[in-house]
Amino acid sequence: MTTLSRTATDSATMLRRNLRHVLRFPDVLLMSLGLPVILLLLFVGVFGSALGAGLGGAAHGGPYIDYLVPGIVIMSAGYGATTTALAVNKDMTEGIIARFRTMAISRSSILIGHVVAATTRTLVSVGLVLVVALLMGFRPAADLGAWIAAIGVLTLLVLALTWLAVAIGLAARNAEGVSMFTLLVQVLPFTSSAFVPPDSMSGAVRWFAEHEPFTPVIDTLRGLLLGTPVGGDAGAAVAWCVGIALGGYLWAKALFKRDPTG
Amino acid sequence: MTTTASRPAVKVAGLRKSFGDHVVLDGIDLEVAAGTVFALLGPNGAGKTTAVRILSTLIGADGGEVSVAGHDLAGDPEGVRGAIGVTGQFSAVDDLLTGAENLVLMADLRHLGRVEGRRLAAELLARFDLVGAAGKRVGTYSGGMRRRLDLAMTLVGDPRVIFLDEPTTGLDPRSRRTMWEIIRELVGDGVTVLLTTQYLEEADELADRIAVIDHGRVVAEGTPGELKSRVPGGHVRLRFPDTAGLDAAAAVLGEVSRDEDDLVLQVAGDGGVRALRDLLDRLDRAGTEVAELSIHTPDLDDVFFALTGQPTTEKDGAR
Repeated sequence: MTTLSRTATDSATMLRRNLRHVLRFPDVLLMSLGLPVILLLLFVGVFGSALGAGLGGAAHGGPYIDYLVPGIVIMSAGYGATTTALAVNKDMTEGIIARFRTMAISRSSILIGHVVAATTRTLVSVGLVLVVALLMGFRPAADLGAWIAAIGVLTLLVLALTWLAVAIGLAARNAEGVSMFTLLVQVLPFTSSAFVPPDSMSGAVRWFAEHEPFTPVIDTLRGLLLGTPVGGDAGAAVAWCVGIALGGYLWAKALFKRDPTG
Repeated sequence: MTTTASRPAVKVAGLRKSFGDHVVLDGIDLEVAAGTVFALLGPNGAGKTTAVRILSTLIGADGGEVSVAGHDLAGDPEGVRGAIGVTGQFSAVDDLLTGAENLVLMADLRHLGRVEGRRLAAELLARFDLVGAAGKRVGTYSGGMRRRLDLAMTLVGDPRVIFLDEPTTGLDPRSRRTMWEIIRELVGDGVTVLLTTQYLEEADELADRIAVIDHGRVVAEGTPGELKSRVPGGHVRLRFPDTAGLDAAAAVLGEVSRDEDDLVLQVAGDGGVRALRDLLDRLDRAGTEVAELSIHTPDLDDVFFALTGQPTTEKDGAR
């Protein structure tokens, strides 16, 4: 068996294992829907009309929910990544990973199995958030091509966040060690263009919001879904995603190569 | 196959490992013949687990030469991994999957194919008395069931060399007996077993050869019998009906230790037949009547104490 086909076979086996874990606890999937949906209800129902009126032209004339949903969708991708980091961290402390390391299998299959399963799980939860948004009155104006591009951008972001989450899960000594990452992916969207355009922010926060990775990704997704011009954001979004994915991948690989300490 | 049969299954020379300033393995040499059980015996912290982790390719060594099943550990770790099975101290099972799924997972990773994997899983479930629990999540298993599943998973793919790190620690006496039976069956099939234990009784029961490890060094190595014969402590114990008999016997036998209260004399010796006959003849000629005679041979507890200078505090757990 060649190295490549062995990697593929073993990765498929590991993927089955990880997907079984997800299916055995479907509440994890539902939990990851909880917060994005609550935020959606809060920002549409409570702050919606005030924010929509305040935004004026920035909301492209449409209702506030149309401006908001791309940001919420990206946030749910972030929550998926925190779940991934915790799952990887817990799995690495299990004795079975030590067993895998003593077997003649492709070592990268262990990480690939996690990444593919987590990406799938996160995309499913992102899709469910989108469905809830549509039920609440979100009316995208995207044509087929734009939808495909939007799904592509989303998948790329989820893949990037997942590789980073896997590395974080490997690096952290325990579940508490993952909390910094959780905080980061939860706070960053708030200081991005998710809820209000950076133009309406002030000083340093505005500069940060304009330059942090979530903003170009959200703006790209918003442009694609609402049918407004995407502009230079797409390039920045793809660059950020590829950079994060590559960094996470290399970091995770190096961490996994170390001798286990447990 | 004659060449492989004569080659040791595990050969270790000058194995060293430190964690920071702490030297865990300080030059270990071992040779395990194929088809035998070899026990690494030592107290907690002696370096047993570290040795197994290195031999099973889990962590790297700082120095020394190791070959397992004919594969050089440093040069061909994949070859080693293909020939070994490992059951670590902490159970290496997937709690979220069922027992059957765990076994099929192992079969898939050994690339056995779907049909063969299922057949083997069913066979192992039956052999390890887990059929009733096959469809239950392993998280609900008892300690003994987890260990049995753990070992069953290790056997998938027919490894020729099996490492067992404290296979019975934490098990109740009945589960321990079951585990011993399983290990004996394995060796009957020609598998080589290297196990670690802190229980002298276990090493005595299972092992063909024992290496006693203390502070990262092998302090003694041999068959259980050889190790026992290396320590003094064997004696014949004679009890007499009265003080007069005790005094008379003491006068005849010369250098003995006596216990006035219990009317007992202890005569040094290993209880060999010739020595025993000689002893009885001398007492007979002196006309002394002996109420009771017993022979005390040294057990591994004595060995352990003599070699490491510490009693086996873990002894109670073995009972």
